[in-house]
Amino acid sequence: MTLADVELVRFTPPAAERDGTSNRARQTAHALLRRPGFLIAVAYVVLVVLSAIVPRLFTSGDPTQTAPKDKFLAPSLSHLFGTDELGRDLFTRMVHGSALSIEATAISVGLAVVVGLTIGVVSGYAGGWADSLLMRFVDVLLAIPALLLALAIVTALGFGTVNVAIAVGVGLTPGFARVTRAEVLRVKTLPYVEAARSSGAGPLRVLRRHILPNSWGPVAVLAVLDFGTAILAVSSLSFLGFGAPPPEAEWGSLVAAGRTYLVTSPWLTLLPGLAVGAAVYALNHIGKTFEELQRWH
Amino acid sequence: MVQYTVRRVAQAIAVLWAAYTVTFVVLYALPSDPVSILLNQAGGTGRPSADQVAKIQAAYGFDDPIVVQYWHHLVDAFQLDFGQSVSRGQSVTSLLAENLPPTIALTAMALVLTTVIGGGLAFLATYVGWRPLRSFLHRLPAVGVSFPTFWVGLLLIQLFSFSLGWFPATGSSGVSSLVLPALTMSLPTSGILAQVLIRGLDDTLDQAHIATARAKGLSRFTIHTKHALKNASLPALTILGVLVGATVTNAVVAETVFSRLGIGRLAQQAVLAQDIPLVQGIVVLAAGVFVVVNLVVDLIYPLLDPRVLQHSSSRSLAPVEVAA
Repeated sequence: MTLADVELVRFTPPAAERDGTSNRARQTAHALLRRPGFLIAVAYVVLVVLSAIVPRLFTSGDPTQTAPKDKFLAPSLSHLFGTDELGRDLFTRMVHGSALSIEATAISVGLAVVVGLTIGVVSGYAGGWADSLLMRFVDVLLAIPALLLALAIVTALGFGTVNVAIAVGVGLTPGFARVTRAEVLRVKTLPYVEAARSSGAGPLRVLRRHILPNSWGPVAVLAVLDFGTAILAVSSLSFLGFGAPPPEAEWGSLVAAGRTYLVTSPWLTLLPGLAVGAAVYALNHIGKTFEELQRWH
Repeated sequence: MVQYTVRRVAQAIAVLWAAYTVTFVVLYALPSDPVSILLNQAGGTGRPSADQVAKIQAAYGFDDPIVVQYWHHLVDAFQLDFGQSVSRGQSVTSLLAENLPPTIALTAMALVLTTVIGGGLAFLATYVGWRPLRSFLHRLPAVGVSFPTFWVGLLLIQLFSFSLGWFPATGSSGVSSLVLPALTMSLPTSGILAQVLIRGLDDTLDQAHIATARAKGLSRFTIHTKHALKNASLPALTILGVLVGATVTNAVVAETVFSRLGIGRLAQQAVLAQDIPLVQGIVVLAAGVFVVVNLVVDLIYPLLDPRVLQHSSSRSLAPVEVAA
């Protein structure tokens, strides 16, 4: 579920970049630095993304290295998250698993942004029948609960990280389309756009130079929030068994694998899930902070 | 009002038809090969013989052009016939009917819990005067929506089944087996509901009629319940309609975690088995529930807030998106 749409409240986007924004940028930076919660959230997200790109930075271990003697060890300094039924270090598996999970998240949000932005811009800018047609299509996508639509897509495409990512991305697309359209509609009628148009600027130029730069704000906030939504959706689908096949590890499949040992070794399920939840919470926090800042300006 | 109702109903039917079409396109017309999926499903190993392929094609009508197939499926679906489940050899409709009651019970309980938890939290968060507690309560809903549903379910099992032994960890018998899965499903949705309600309450409490009520000397509690909550709960009704969709979605995860019978678990197994007709039946059913609930919400809404009718054309059927 995305709190994105529920949360998304209209606000004025930052004005054009040219007219002395360095001052505003400095103010914004100051406002952000005064928020320790925001900094912690950013730091955590950066760490997670880093772990996806260079897992070696965080652990020297091998995620598939089994050690039958060390199975089911509780979390300790040498095994931060404990070990699983084959004695594999869970922290190492989490860190290496973030590559697949973050990749899937990035693909789905990327897909949603590109397709949603295109639909939204065309719909808002062109208006008329193109607008009605596209928006009815978006309404239909919204009428199918996103996870179920994702299930249908996964059934058709087959299992695997990329297919799951595509399925999740399709579910996120309508949100982007709507928000972009609303922004374009709002900016389109502002006096300076009218001015640009009446002084002879072509539609593409108006779009590129005047409308897009001023309507990205809410879309960016939604993208940050949807990163969290996508992490949840991707890990849910992977938990249900539709992601990468073992021994590849994703966050969701790690929790699913540990589930069998919930009674005796609860850390196998609870710690990975906690790490995932923290990442989503951090993203939500970042998104909301941006939203608040933009509203003040 | 009549015109409004007719338009809403027509719109709902159109959306449902379109949803059916979208799932048909996804499941039958995507570049994947339904015949080989179905054959694998039927337990065939190795290369299917041309004979087998022809048989499957004839049985499922894959030898017809896709438009003809679509038409046949649509006519069947209109008569509530979604074909045969491949993995279970039973009609999809009877499978859905069998698995529906436990899911309805679960969803109903989850919605009640959502209303109680979400509403209660929003009420407290705006009523409490002590600042630290107030800001803590304001932040709490975001936690509820951040954690994966499956993880919440496993955490609840660990706490209330294994450690405390209050509720059974799995199974579908009795009311006590409903509690943990329903709670699992309701935590994220109550988070969303609470966020919307808190925002509504905070806005309403700033308004002039509240100041008037205070000036008249009404008690804080009366103002909060009678004047603020009533106004703020209108948008929440719309959200609740949308959350039904999210709840159905959460049922897939919750029923899998708690090994319960129901539509959600059926969906998970259908996808694992790539059982195309069954998956389509479930998705269309879910879309149908979602559309009907939102239709009902839209029809109740003008009774509670007559202003809607005056500019109803600007309201759309699905005002808010709630994704997985």
